[in-house]
Amino acid sequence: MRPVAVIGLGKTPFGAFPDRDLRSLAVEAGRKCLENGHVRASQVEAFYLGNFAGPAFVGQNHLAPYIGQGLGLEGIPATRFEAACASGGAAFFHAWAAVAAGIYDVVLVAGVEKMTSQATPRVAEILASAGDVSGEMKAGATFPALFAMIARRHMHDFGTRREDLAAVAVKNHANGARNPYAHMRKIITLEQALAGKPVADPLTVYDCSLVSDGAAAVLLAPLERAAEFTARPVRIAAVAQTSDRFALDEKEDITTFPAVKRAAEQAYKMAGVGPREIEFAELHDCFTIAEIVALEDLGFAPRGQGGRYTSEGCTLPTGPLPVNASGGLKAKGHPVGATGVGQICDVALQIRGEAGEMQLPRHELGLAENLGGSGASAVVTILRAA
Amino acid sequence: MKVYTETVVHSAPAAYVNEAPYQIAIVTRDDGSRVTGRILGDRVSIDEKVELAETRNGVPYFRKADQ
Repeated sequence: MRPVAVIGLGKTPFGAFPDRDLRSLAVEAGRKCLENGHVRASQVEAFYLGNFAGPAFVGQNHLAPYIGQGLGLEGIPATRFEAACASGGAAFFHAWAAVAAGIYDVVLVAGVEKMTSQATPRVAEILASAGDVSGEMKAGATFPALFAMIARRHMHDFGTRREDLAAVAVKNHANGARNPYAHMRKIITLEQALAGKPVADPLTVYDCSLVSDGAAAVLLAPLERAAEFTARPVRIAAVAQTSDRFALDEKEDITTFPAVKRAAEQAYKMAGVGPREIEFAELHDCFTIAEIVALEDLGFAPRGQGGRYTSEGCTLPTGPLPVNASGGLKAKGHPVGATGVGQICDVALQIRGEAGEMQLPRHELGLAENLGGSGASAVVTILRAA
Repeated sequence: MKVYTETVVHSAPAAYVNEAPYQIAIVTRDDGSRVTGRILGDRVSIDEKVELAETRNGVPYFRKADQ
């Protein structure tokens, strides 16, 4: 396998955009990315699209060539990847694999979701289709309910406190306020986070990521050709995609995501680094408890201590391991199919030193973790300065 | 059978909006296997014993067991 670099980045803001359709969002991110990487549409050899539920949210299927045409991509393979909330990460993983294997040189990866045209109960129903619709979802679970049950058990087994969950929300909202592309740029207090409207006990609205529209894109090329396109290539030190048991009630222990642990082990080995060397991370905080569990599964905090680690300030931008300096899914927004690609953009922006007000002091080696469903899919990526 | 974990759902999907708030739980059966179901009657907590009250549309409904 040959080393691969990220040579271009492009994003739309994440938010609720009633006058924008799915294609226009994806095309905007893709065009910005091509410009950023100094790549012409005719140079792109394959197009990988992450999208969770375009057919359900907006009634459009066959999305990759639909968007590819809007970008001026002609005649090349164009394929949509679906892995629930890890759809973007899955598209990125397969694009990387094709370039690393020498099949293509220049590929475009985009992720997009258009969610806000549906009412909340319908959004909950579409998201629930990423769970087991013949079991847990038929019983009335929602995604917040699944993660609420994870939180309850984590609190029971390890003494994680309601305040620890709220600390994740407070931090990510403060971070998101510094991100011009974030859906919600609003600082909240611990008291507000604790007193939010209940969604699924013990989770309140402040524990849940946002329903957003948005798109993100990255361009990949072999590292040896990266200088042709950009002065600031970012090396993909590792990327691993894994899977695990589907429904929560099929898992032996719901307080850990084996798919994330497995992907992390593979990624650390591939990159030749351990969790202590990672300088910052973008983690999949679809719910506050998910960031806490991810801290443990990725080896940043001891098992059961992710909540305490957060409340002690370790994941603040000023802490030893800044997490979600972008605001995370919580404040930046979670347009499902765009999320995994957006995380790669945010890590790469930090490494390139282009993160503006979000810029972290140590930013040469960053990790992104993208989770699908209640842990049945995971993608872990490690990026470093080239 | 006892409760492995539980939550009270306040924000329900379209099909169950009229039933919210309701409690769901993952229940560990006596053979160690688990199933997700609804809780009828009193709310239950982790490790509390439950019994099967009925099955509707393939979904098990549990209630707190007599102590």
